This record gives sequence, C-alpha cells and structure tokens, in this order.
Amino acid sequence: MAKISKKNYIINVLAIILVFLLLKFFIANGVISKYYLGIIIFICINIVLATSLNLATGFLGQLALGHAGFMAIGAYVSAITAISLKGSGLPTTVMLIVSLLLAGIFAGVVGIAIGIPALRLKGDYLGIITLGFGEVIRVFINNIKMTGGAQGLTGIPRISNIDNVFWITVIVVTILYTLTNSRHGRAIISIREDEIAAEAVGIQTTKYKVMGFAIAAFFAGIGGGMYAHYIAFLDPNTFNFMRSVEILVIVVLGGMGSLTGSVIAAIILTILPEALRDFANFRLLIYSGLLVLMMIFRPQGLFGTTEFSMSGFLYRLRHNQLFSSRKNLEEGD
Amino acid sequence: MALLETKGLGMYFGGLKAVDNFEISVDEHELVGLIGPNGAGKTTIFNMLTGVYLPTEGDITLDGLSVIGKKPYQIVSMGAARTFQNIRLFKDLSVIDNIKIAYHNEMKYTTIEGIFRLKRYWEEEEKAQRECLDFLKIFDMQDYADTLSKNLPYGKQRKLEIARALATRPRILLLDEPAAGMNPHETKELMETIHFIKDKFDIAILLIEHDMSLVMGICERIVVVDYGKIIAKGNPDEIKNNPDVIRVYLGE
Repeated sequence: MAKISKKNYIINVLAIILVFLLLKFFIANGVISKYYLGIIIFICINIVLATSLNLATGFLGQLALGHAGFMAIGAYVSAITAISLKGSGLPTTVMLIVSLLLAGIFAGVVGIAIGIPALRLKGDYLGIITLGFGEVIRVFINNIKMTGGAQGLTGIPRISNIDNVFWITVIVVTILYTLTNSRHGRAIISIREDEIAAEAVGIQTTKYKVMGFAIAAFFAGIGGGMYAHYIAFLDPNTFNFMRSVEILVIVVLGGMGSLTGSVIAAIILTILPEALRDFANFRLLIYSGLLVLMMIFRPQGLFGTTEFSMSGFLYRLRHNQLFSSRKNLEEGD
Repeated sequence: MALLETKGLGMYFGGLKAVDNFEISVDEHELVGLIGPNGAGKTTIFNMLTGVYLPTEGDITLDGLSVIGKKPYQIVSMGAARTFQNIRLFKDLSVIDNIKIAYHNEMKYTTIEGIFRLKRYWEEEEKAQRECLDFLKIFDMQDYADTLSKNLPYGKQRKLEIARALATRPRILLLDEPAAGMNPHETKELMETIHFIKDKFDIAILLIEHDMSLVMGICERIVVVDYGKIIAKGNPDEIKNNPDVIRVYLGE
C-alpha cells in the first residue's frame, strides 16, 4: 500500500510543478495578461473557499450558509495584521504567512464558538442559523472603527501574488484531502452518512462536527486573507449572503464530498461570468440557466462524491475505459 | 455479577408509561431474547440501554458501572454495541470503510499525524486495513470489501451491520429485530451467524425479535413485555406454554 502511494505522490507532485511551471512560462511569454492573471488568482481563492466549505457541507453534511462571514473575519484579521506589520521590515512572504495563519486561527475560533450551539440543529435550521451568524459578522464589521466600517479598509499591503497564492491553494487542498482520508475524516464522513449510526459505533459526533466546522472556518479565513492581500481594499458588503451562496454553488456544482469537483467547479464558475462578458445582459441568464440544467441532469454535481485520481485515470487509459462511467468500473464491468 | 442489569427502569413520554419497572439481567456469554407485540416498548428499552433516551427512573449498570446519563459513544466504549431495526449503514461508503469507522477508536494517531501522514498514520492505517479485512473474512464478506454498502443484498447488509457493531469490540451485543424483512432461508442463515459470533467473540447477546422461530430456536432465556411491563420470563418452553403470553399474542 505504501509503495503504490509513494509512486502516486511523486506523480502528483510532478503534475503540480508542471502546471506551475507552465503558468510561469505563459506569464513570462505574455500569453497570460494581467487580466487573465487576476482571474487565475481569483480561481485559487475560490478553490480555497469552496474546498473548505465542502468539508462542512459535503463531507460533514451540514448545510452552512455563512461561509462569507468566516471569509470576512479572515480578510479583516489578515489585513489589519499586515497593516500593523508593514513597518517592521519583515519579508513579505513571512508577513503573508503570519497574517494568514492569524486569519485562519481567528476564523477557526469563531467557527468553534458558532459551531457548538449551531451544530445542535440540522438541515434547514442549521442553514438559517449559519446564515444569521454570517450576517451578524458582516454587520459587526460594518459598525466598528478598527475595520474602517462601511467606508472600507484601505492601505492593505498587496502581497498576494500568483506564486504564493498558487502554493497556498495546493497546500490547503492537500491538507483537506489527507484529512478526509484519515480516521478523523472517516468519522466526519460517517456523520454525513448517518449520525445516529456513527454515534452507535463509538464516534464522538459532537466533537467531530465542531472539528469539521472549525477547520472549514479556518481555511475560509485563509481564503479571505488571500483575497484581502490581492484586492488591497475591503468593503464589508462584499461578504454578504450572496457571497456565501456563490461559494455554495461551486460546492454543489462540483459535487458535495468531492474536492476535485470543487476545484473544477471553482475554475468553471470563476471563468464563466468573465467569459460571458460579451453577452452583457444575457450573462446572468446563461449562468443561472446552466445551474438549472445541471441540477436537473446531474443533481449529484460534476463528480458526486468521487475524486479524480491520476493512477485511476492512467488505469482507465490503459484499459480503454476512459469514457465508460465509473459505475461500470465499480461493478467490475 | 451480571454483565448488564437494569433496576426499576421506567420511561414516560408525558403521561404515557412506555416502559414501567423493567428489570432484566444478562450474564456473560448468555443469549437473551426480548419479545412482545408491536408497541410494547421493546425499542424504547433498547434506546435507554444504549444511551439514546435518558430513562425517567431506574438504573442500568454495565459490568457494575452505571450508564445513566452517558452518551451513546461512551456506552459503546464501555462495551455495549447495537444494531438497528431499520438497517443503518453508511450507505455511500464501501463495506470496508463501514468497518473502519467502527474501528476508529482502535486507531490512535492524532489529527496532525493524519494530515501530514507521519509514520504512525501509515502503520496504523495499514494495520486497520489488514485487521478489517480479517474481520470481513470471519463473516465471509471479504469479496465485498470495496462494494458500496448500499449495493449489498439485504441479508448481507444485516450481516454487515452486525459485523460493524462487533468491530467496536463489545462485551454485549444488542440486536434490534435482526430478522425483520428476511425470508425463512435468510433467517436460518442469520441464526447460524448469531450462534457463531456468540462463540467466536465470546460475548453476551440481547435480542429483540418478532420471528418466533428465531427466538425459540436460539435464545436461552426469554423476557416478554407488553404495554411496557414484563409479563413473563423463562426458557423457551416455559414461555411457549405461558397463558399470559398466549393471551397477548393470540388474544383470548
């Protein structure tokens, strides 16, 4: 088992480095303009937000509608930390890491504080309560001095760039992947599958619910921090309910319980609104129409609960089963 | 001393006495049946024993320790595992993952070790994989290890649920209507399985059942409840001839 995984690790690491080098190559060549670069950075931020929400919604199975709230906490904590560190002469990478970690920890702690009472509820009720908390956070930020209130926060060091954003995204997705494939991840997934049964086989459901929720909030905070350091200006109203819904749409479209799905959906749904700019007035119509069609014809999302794996892909390539569905493979077809 | 013992156990839902003054004791390595007509309070008793409900009155002890107020997962770690009347598997997970989740507390690596895949993660995951496969072999289900549990035939799903409960290494197993929805052939197979696990794992079993052939066939002692009260106790022959039991089941 360990041997095969080692080979897979090397393949995956090489693939990621290849993607990064290609990216750098195209940027240096001018194929990727500044405008495209901005979209790529937004894709990375959305990947972090979507995969983290997927942990709470897809793997843990709890409908959370307040993800933008945790993103806001992360964005502001990170921005304020970086502003106060500006004169200290720290290298920008260290500054970014410190700011993002603080952002994550802050968002995670708030996640625990909200999660403990909120996770007693289920389904729609939990959705409403997280929605409420998300709005509370936004209104709170809107009304205190430290954050600049409704005027917004300016003077944030612009230290997110494609290099660090890319690698942070890779690290976040990797951590989420290894987490969901450990015994703790299985405990989290068992709660989605059947909470009563999970408790009846000895899983501490409350603990793992709060844990999953807090880790999701932690990474949402980091995503918010990345956003703050790229935009360099924060307005509380960008973190409204619609932002939470946008992230949720990515998760649902990609497949609840599939990290690869979230990554692919984040790419599609970040590019799509930009690509449709030429159609001006029809843009939102096409966007929403696609979502409707998606839910009718593939309600489980692009990937369902499965993950794309390089070794699985190569296996199918070798056995000419590239286009046969996974179901057939499972049934030993 | 009895392994599982209840004293004056009662559960009221508002004014309704669902269970009243229920007393039972199960010794180590004993197979006890709990029967009664629909609505007699059998599942309520199970839910109290496993910590789902908090009894209104009375006490439950497991190996001398009181389980009142304990959470279900704590009671599991004290050595009582259960199955459900309507099967509750982790449907979208593979058979082996179902077992591995029950095996959760046997693995000791921390979250950090899991995330960064340190040495202990590999050691314990490999050990778990091996032991869970061995476990499936005991139930002759190793060929299904990677099948999604929802795709198993009904009888196998029951078997998996029992296997999953056993993977928590209980001292007493509580089976809630294991033969529900089974055909006679499957029921017979189930009887053999129950006998087999009792000897193999050296555990006590408390069984709720409607299927009389199953209960009479394997139980050493039977407790009959009706309207939340015990109306008869004894070995299968005594129960068969007990006038109260006949009245409850067949009418007067």
